[in-house]
Amino acid sequence: MFVTRKVEFSASHVCRAPGLSDEENERRFGAAANPHGHGHNYVLEVSVEGWPDAVTGMVLDLKELKEIVNREVVELYDHRFLNYEVPPFDRVVPTTENIASDIWRRLEPRLNREGRRLHSVRVYETPDLYVDYFGEPPCSA
Amino acid sequence: MFRVTRRYQFAASHRLHAPQLSAEENRRIYGKCNHPYGHGHNYVVEVSARGPVEEQSGCAVNTRDLDELVARQVLAPFAYRNLNTEVASFAGISPTSENLGVEICRRLKEHWHEAFPGDWPRLEKIRIAETERNIFEVKADEIE
Repeated sequence: MFVTRKVEFSASHVCRAPGLSDEENERRFGAAANPHGHGHNYVLEVSVEGWPDAVTGMVLDLKELKEIVNREVVELYDHRFLNYEVPPFDRVVPTTENIASDIWRRLEPRLNREGRRLHSVRVYETPDLYVDYFGEPPCSA
Repeated sequence: MFRVTRRYQFAASHRLHAPQLSAEENRRIYGKCNHPYGHGHNYVVEVSARGPVEEQSGCAVNTRDLDELVARQVLAPFAYRNLNTEVASFAGISPTSENLGVEICRRLKEHWHEAFPGDWPRLEKIRIAETERNIFEVKADEIE
C-alpha cells in the first residue's frame, strides 16, 4: 500500500539553462526565463510503499514522515529563490522535473528502511501542472 | 480499458491504541491519536474500478450499482460510528487509516460480485484520506 503525505512550500525560480543563449532560453522557457525570477506555491506529495505493522497498524509514523519532509525539503526550499539559495539549482535549472528529482535524492536515504521504501515524489508547480518522479530504475546494462 | 473513480465521504471517530502494548508505549507511538476518548475525521474514500466500456450503456462502471455496494459495505457500517467500539473488524486492532483502508478494500473485494457479477468491471484500488494531507492507497491485488 501507499502512504502519502502532502505539504506546501512557496519559492521563486528562474528557468534559464546556462549553456543556452538568451534567445534560446526565451524560446525554450518563455516567460519563465525572465531573469528576475517568479514564484509558485508548490505542493509536494511524498508516497511511501509498505504494509502496516501487525501490532501498530502503521506503515510508518506519519509524524516522522512529516518531520523528515519538513526538515529535508520544506525548511530548505520554503521562501527561497531556488537558483541563488538552494544547491544544486545554482548549476541545475530548477524545472519541476529537477525539483522532483532533487527532493527524491534528499528523501530516499531517510525513508528507505526494512519494509518500506519511497515510491514517488509528486510536485505541483501550479494546480494545473505536476510531475511524478519514481527514481531511476536499476541499471540493466 | 478505462478506470472510473468515484469519491465518497463519511465521518467517524477512532482512537489509535494497540492492546498488545503498554499504555506508555501506546502514548509514545501514537501521540495525540492515543488520547483516551478518541477523535474523529471526515474520511474521503475514492473507489477505482477498471473495465471496458459496455457498448449499449456507454459506461465502464454502473455507478449506481457501485454507490449501492459502497453504501451497504462501507458507509452504513462506518458513518457516524466509533470505529473501535462499533465495528467488529477493529476489535483488538488499532483502526489506523492503513487498517481502515485495508478493511474497506477487503469488504468491497469480497462483495464485488454481488454488484458486478460479470468479468468487468474489476475493483482496482481504493484511496482513503483521513485529512487532506494524509492519504492511503490499497490495491485490490494486495488483499487476499
